[in-house]
Amino acid sequence: MPAGKTYTPLARTTLSSAAATVTFNSISGSYTDLVLIINGYDIDGNGYLTMQFNGNTGSNYSRTTLSGNGSTTTSIRNSNSTVLYPTIGPSLTNIGGDIIHFLNYSNTTTNKTVLFRGSQTGNATIAQVGLWRNTSAITSISLSAASGNIAAGSTFTLYGILAA
Amino acid sequence: MAIRSLKTGQFSRSALVGNPVIMPGSYESIATATFTGSALSITFSSIPSTYSHLQIRGFARTPSGNDQIDLRFNSDTGNNYSMHGLSGSGSSASAEGYGTQNRIFNVNSPISNADIYCLSVIDILDYANTNKYKTVRTLQGYDANGSGVIAFNSGSWQSTSAVTSITLAARSYNPTSISTFALYGVN
Repeated sequence: MPAGKTYTPLARTTLSSAAATVTFNSISGSYTDLVLIINGYDIDGNGYLTMQFNGNTGSNYSRTTLSGNGSTTTSIRNSNSTVLYPTIGPSLTNIGGDIIHFLNYSNTTTNKTVLFRGSQTGNATIAQVGLWRNTSAITSISLSAASGNIAAGSTFTLYGILAA
Repeated sequence: MAIRSLKTGQFSRSALVGNPVIMPGSYESIATATFTGSALSITFSSIPSTYSHLQIRGFARTPSGNDQIDLRFNSDTGNNYSMHGLSGSGSSASAEGYGTQNRIFNVNSPISNADIYCLSVIDILDYANTNKYKTVRTLQGYDANGSGVIAFNSGSWQSTSAVTSITLAARSYNPTSISTFALYGVN
């Protein structure tokens, strides 16, 4: 039998002015999954943000990517990184973002894997899988501009999904 | 794409893979199935037909690499499935396609990394419609700090029957006992 409606909005940040970092703290461990929706752009035109969990700045992150820009497809890997790289638009006209899935984020047995589905208007479509080599529950998510600031009007919305 | 209800005026959006999230209230947990560690498969049965779409969110690992977990509907083991995939290995992108299959391939298993699980988000579109074949699409992957894969897959089940049960089955090795798939209904 269905267990009830879920996909609960937990927090939403809309930048009223440009900012270097957005952080979600004290994330409840009472959901099964989290979904983070990013939409906006960064002022320096990097086209990506950096993301860390629980304030961990060690070389404990890695990722595998797949992207297409309209003419070529590319896959790259970063190992032993200090951050993950969510997608955001590189400019107002190339606005973009990411839908990031954190499955089983609060378990304390396994390392944490994250799926990304990103895009940049007129530039690219991107999928990524990221790993944080840590068995702690994810209780905070910090997102920062790679350089400069994230533009005003950019939005960050965190949802919780509770399975039956 | 935003959709506006003529009755209520409320806007809603799709939560399916790659699309913007739905509005809260139109996404409902149906059931969760967890592998026992000593069985190859799990099944969601008696799925109600009252939703527009289904979504499965999976967290899984088999104890040996190169195993896969396959997806089948209504216990149909005939050659009534097909699929296409686009994947990245970290060094190259590749595409593949398979017709006349007896399953839709799903989750790859991380190799030799006990603490790393493969994630999958699987959309089953218009699953209760009895006038057309069924379409599935997935976003799935794992990273093991030096290896891994990220993939988009799409598949078809050539049947006009409503999907009433879904089986996820590993081919050779029992998925670990914390491997879990959760089924949701989307309106």
